[in-house]
Amino acid sequence: MTNHWVDIKNTDLVLIMGGNAAEAHPCGFKWVTEAKAHRKARLIVVDPRFTRSAAVSDFYAPIRAGSDIAFLGGIINYLLSNDRIHHEYVKNYTDFSFLVNEAYTFEKGLFSGYNAEKRNYDKSTWGYQIGEDGFAKTDPTLQDPRCVYQLMKAHYSRYTPDMVSTICGTPKEAFLKVCEMIAETSASNKTMTIMYALGWTQHSQGSQMIRTGAMVQLLLGNIGVAGGGMNALRGHSNIQGLTDLGLLSNLLPGYMTLPGEKEQDYQAYIDKRAFKPLRPGQLSYWSNYGKFFVSTMKAWYGDAAAADNNWCYDWLPKLDKTYDILQVFENMNNGMMNGYVCQGFNPLASAPCKVKVSGALAKLKYLVTIDPLATETAEFWQNHGEYNDVDPAKIQTEVFRLPSTCFAEEDGSLVNSGRWLQWHWKGAEPPGDALSDQEIMAGIFLRIRELYKKDGGTFPDPILNLSWKHRRPDFPSPEELAKEFSGKALKDVTDPKDPTKVLVKAGEQINGFAELRDDGSTACGCWIFAGAWSEKGNLMARRDNADPFGIGQTLNWAFAWPANRRILYNRASCDPAGKPYDATRKLIAWDAGTGKWSGSDIPDFKPDSAPEEGMSPFIMNPEGVARFFAVDKMNDGPFPEHYEPFESPLVSNPMFPDNPVARACPAARVFKGDWESFGKPDKFPFVATTYRLTEHFHFWTKHVKSSAIIQPEQFVEIGEDLAKEKAIKSGDHVRVKSKRGFIVAVAVVTRRLMTLTVGGKKTYTVGIPIHWGFTGVAKNGYLTNTLTPFVGDANTQTPEFKAFLVDVEKV
Amino acid sequence: MALQSLDIKARSATTTPSPDARANGAIPVAKLIDISKCIGCKACQVACMQWNDLRDEVGNNVGVYDNPMDLTDQSWTVMRFSEVEVQQGKLEWLIRKDGCMHCADPGCLKACPAPGAIVQYSNGIVDFHEEHCIGCGYCLTGCPFNIPRISKKDSKAYKCTLCSDRVAVGMEPACVKTCPTGAIVFGSKVDMIHHAEGRIVDLKERGYSNASLYDPQGVGGTHVMYVLQHADQPELYANLPKDPTISPLVGLWTGIAKPLMSLGIGLAVFAGFFHFVTAGPKEVEEEEEETD
Amino acid sequence: MSTFIQRYTRRERINHWVVAIAFVLAALSGLALFHPAFFFLVHLFGGGPWTRILHPFIGVVMFLFFIVMAALFWRFNHITAADRQWMKRIGDVMRNRDQGLPELGKYNAGQKYLFWILVVSVPVLLISGIVIWQPWFAPYFPVWLLRVAVVIHALAAWIMILGIVVHVYALFWVRGTMRAMTRGTVSDAWAKHHHRAWYREMTGK
Repeated sequence: MTNHWVDIKNTDLVLIMGGNAAEAHPCGFKWVTEAKAHRKARLIVVDPRFTRSAAVSDFYAPIRAGSDIAFLGGIINYLLSNDRIHHEYVKNYTDFSFLVNEAYTFEKGLFSGYNAEKRNYDKSTWGYQIGEDGFAKTDPTLQDPRCVYQLMKAHYSRYTPDMVSTICGTPKEAFLKVCEMIAETSASNKTMTIMYALGWTQHSQGSQMIRTGAMVQLLLGNIGVAGGGMNALRGHSNIQGLTDLGLLSNLLPGYMTLPGEKEQDYQAYIDKRAFKPLRPGQLSYWSNYGKFFVSTMKAWYGDAAAADNNWCYDWLPKLDKTYDILQVFENMNNGMMNGYVCQGFNPLASAPCKVKVSGALAKLKYLVTIDPLATETAEFWQNHGEYNDVDPAKIQTEVFRLPSTCFAEEDGSLVNSGRWLQWHWKGAEPPGDALSDQEIMAGIFLRIRELYKKDGGTFPDPILNLSWKHRRPDFPSPEELAKEFSGKALKDVTDPKDPTKVLVKAGEQINGFAELRDDGSTACGCWIFAGAWSEKGNLMARRDNADPFGIGQTLNWAFAWPANRRILYNRASCDPAGKPYDATRKLIAWDAGTGKWSGSDIPDFKPDSAPEEGMSPFIMNPEGVARFFAVDKMNDGPFPEHYEPFESPLVSNPMFPDNPVARACPAARVFKGDWESFGKPDKFPFVATTYRLTEHFHFWTKHVKSSAIIQPEQFVEIGEDLAKEKAIKSGDHVRVKSKRGFIVAVAVVTRRLMTLTVGGKKTYTVGIPIHWGFTGVAKNGYLTNTLTPFVGDANTQTPEFKAFLVDVEKV
Repeated sequence: MALQSLDIKARSATTTPSPDARANGAIPVAKLIDISKCIGCKACQVACMQWNDLRDEVGNNVGVYDNPMDLTDQSWTVMRFSEVEVQQGKLEWLIRKDGCMHCADPGCLKACPAPGAIVQYSNGIVDFHEEHCIGCGYCLTGCPFNIPRISKKDSKAYKCTLCSDRVAVGMEPACVKTCPTGAIVFGSKVDMIHHAEGRIVDLKERGYSNASLYDPQGVGGTHVMYVLQHADQPELYANLPKDPTISPLVGLWTGIAKPLMSLGIGLAVFAGFFHFVTAGPKEVEEEEEETD
Repeated sequence: MSTFIQRYTRRERINHWVVAIAFVLAALSGLALFHPAFFFLVHLFGGGPWTRILHPFIGVVMFLFFIVMAALFWRFNHITAADRQWMKRIGDVMRNRDQGLPELGKYNAGQKYLFWILVVSVPVLLISGIVIWQPWFAPYFPVWLLRVAVVIHALAAWIMILGIVVHVYALFWVRGTMRAMTRGTVSDAWAKHHHRAWYREMTGK
């Protein structure tokens, strides 16, 4: 989230799209009801299903699953062609005026640089025109046809209301009504919040859907303001913490990235990431990359990391490609892996195409699961009748099950969607032999280190030199780990302006990432968490809910990264002169008297940079402004473009009916052999989408009796028209088939799944909740990912769970 | 369930007044359920189960979101989902939390033949004291909302207590405590009516011109009230009765007929007695036989 | 001295008394649940729940034996012209002025009316009782029917109780009657006085 949960109460309009906050985030949804009750805020829900969020909305518009970019692109077109944008904001705080490389083109659904064979882009033309001064060229008059504004206007002019309706199936009037409501928030005293979740991420172009939403918000001037923002609602209580700590195959903590295999040179690695400002007077905060990186390496390797060995840079893996979940199971399926340690993860249930995952697991020599529950993955080898019809005699994988604690059985911090690190305390002792994850990992690590010490082996250095200074080596405590993430000074850290002034003494916890150094004098496990545990103590454990400004900015409640900042880009809530656009929702303002920015939030800005200095609010970007044109940051294009889901009821993309390459995302990775596993609308005519229900949490709560009681049995939702056509009544059992398998479930026939007209054709949607499986106390059922395709987003490789094709028949 | 830490205003099958020396201080309480804010998450159902130590069976899906399908001795509240189109083309999914309404004039209490098995506390909560319940099921006939359920295990009647045990110690009912959206609120009845008025203004401003409070006077008002978007058609909400009253078969019958009938039996006995002492026994004299 | 004639066989007496005892128990347990004034009666049955549990079973016993009894007595209970005549003079009967009453068969009109009241109310009690019988049958019926059944059950019981009060009083009031059901016989004088037609039939006199 750019903003945070409580801040939603400050909004005037809530757009829930690509999410279902009322069902999946009922506690956070409270802030929507607060905004409605106390600010007369309106709620719009755009969703393939009339969800429980829609049930309490002011306006609902149906949309075909997977067509969100068309819808949002249509909104961009509406805002631009009706001139309903926040002029001062876009002109000063975005890349509107930046001139784009002349070689950049977009033709027949493809951006310049496409390599059809490799299915990727050479992104070298996706950039700005750079002047001789090294800065990007701009045209403040916005007249240059190569400026971002003009290119964007042209790009989205194709997204007419008729085209939107054709692609999305949304009735034109409903679409225009949404546009009108949204356009109201272009006023500087009106704002909109967008709440999304897996309904946007789990598509072959999920990242671009989110980008398009963010572009709408930028046009309206709704980023950086209270009650605005792009708000990703995270599913697990600590999934935000997972990405923050870099637990993705290509990340380092704090959104730093692992080097690629061609990046053997340390300095080149740093230089590529420590962006120099692209415009005069800009901060470009990533220019501090080296400080964050060195401090991380010091936290990991302690004294072993030194300037002369490039802080152990050589010990880091250099990636030939990303090792995301799809790639890992592809490798496993190809027999390239011996073992798999599966910690707090149930891939048989939560990865796509169960038959492929199951087959892959069967090729392992060993599988280790670390989980509080008996997961399906841990029992993939066992025959559970129709729900897991495998022959155990043919599966030789040895499975080790290590019972772990669940979050309520341990101390620690959780990072919520609003980036708050909230310390929590153990609520109960773990049952049986369960150990905490860090005990289990420490146990494995210490034994492996012993083996390396004793027997040697290939490349033992990173293991033998790992800093492991825990009071109990077999049980690193949550407090120790939290302090390590927050960081400490190894030597006295002094003020760069006044070397005699010591900011932090050696051995003390640092106050924030501004104190990090690239000379080895600081160690910090995750730079964005810096200051969470300072010499003042554990700030994550703070529980002061004082709200002095009355807009939910409780700065003394827990700790928000970065720097306890609650709303990102909050400089953009003020006009260029530093005056808040809306004084009633003031976040920060320039105080000429003190020469500082101050207010209800920690400024996301250089705190003493006067407005006249011309520094722009998006300090993490080298341009200083927000980007509509993504330059080379996205794999599938600098402007989001609508492509069909890999399985869609349309045989061609209505935008480019003649170009089959531009039907589905041209840059999305598809493994060899998986093309054949995609279904076509002739055999699988219905759009399917999978989702969660409020009664359950993923595949966990089917183990909980009270949750099983309130939603006991697997079902699928079918619209009335389709049910009639197939003679299906509510309560009947139906078989839902995709090209990859089938499930059988109870049919819930409902008016809430509407028949849409897409590309002139009647289109039915089948809704498939995910929560059942073959373990737990709820009625056993099929894993819904039996049905889903093995393809992911072109940038993140998040699987396309939200839009695929099925057929339905009565059993 | 039995917990006598609240003052009792009325008891079932009891013809004398309940002790009410302390009644003056009691503030009538109410739970207000704002259906326009309800997201049907069923957290209230789980909170109810957990606080009251109830666990229904893991049932089946029969083609709807409702689960458990109905109130039982183990499910004192359930969400009822209704898909309606009040305005052509505008689908609404109305989700009503069903459970005891805690009538000011409780039909169950009136119908109950077991003294003290059903009580009404001075704050308005109607509670079942199962240890006095004889399991006759008459409370079912008295209830205009079809709420009480007889346990198959112990043949006692059960229903929502409005968490009288929590309220007695100054806490809100478990469902209120857990409701994530504030759709369920609890306080004095006066305050809840006031709160509802604000909600109704908001709903009317959003185009629900018939929004209103559901506090049916046919049962003397209730201590569980709804804010309805379509108060003119409460039946839309899974057949919430429009004008609930205690059935005259229960109300008049228990209130008037039964005492009169009891009196009738007494009178018959007395009539016999007085007939006997006035007319004397009918005796057959031996002579009669002889003269014959 | 007095001579006696057989009025009820042993089997009839046993049958009658089973019905009578069942009635008393059913009436007491029923009254206990009918009005708080009678609730103390539950103690005769081991408390409220036991009263609720036992009452319907007692009722079923009463019903079954009553059916047999009704079959045995059916033919004696047809209303005749003499009965109507007798009813017209009920005032004299009440005042013990029995001279010149019409000659009656085995039963007088009051007894016959009681019989028919019972023939109607006992099955009504059974049927309505089944409808409200917790926990076995009541769950299968809709609430409105339970409401109706409760009222019908109580109404039928009330009528029956009133009838039986009269019946019991009559037995106490009309001397010489009790032995008909205790010993099975009545005195010739009694028979001649109250049921002369029956007396003639029985004795041929």
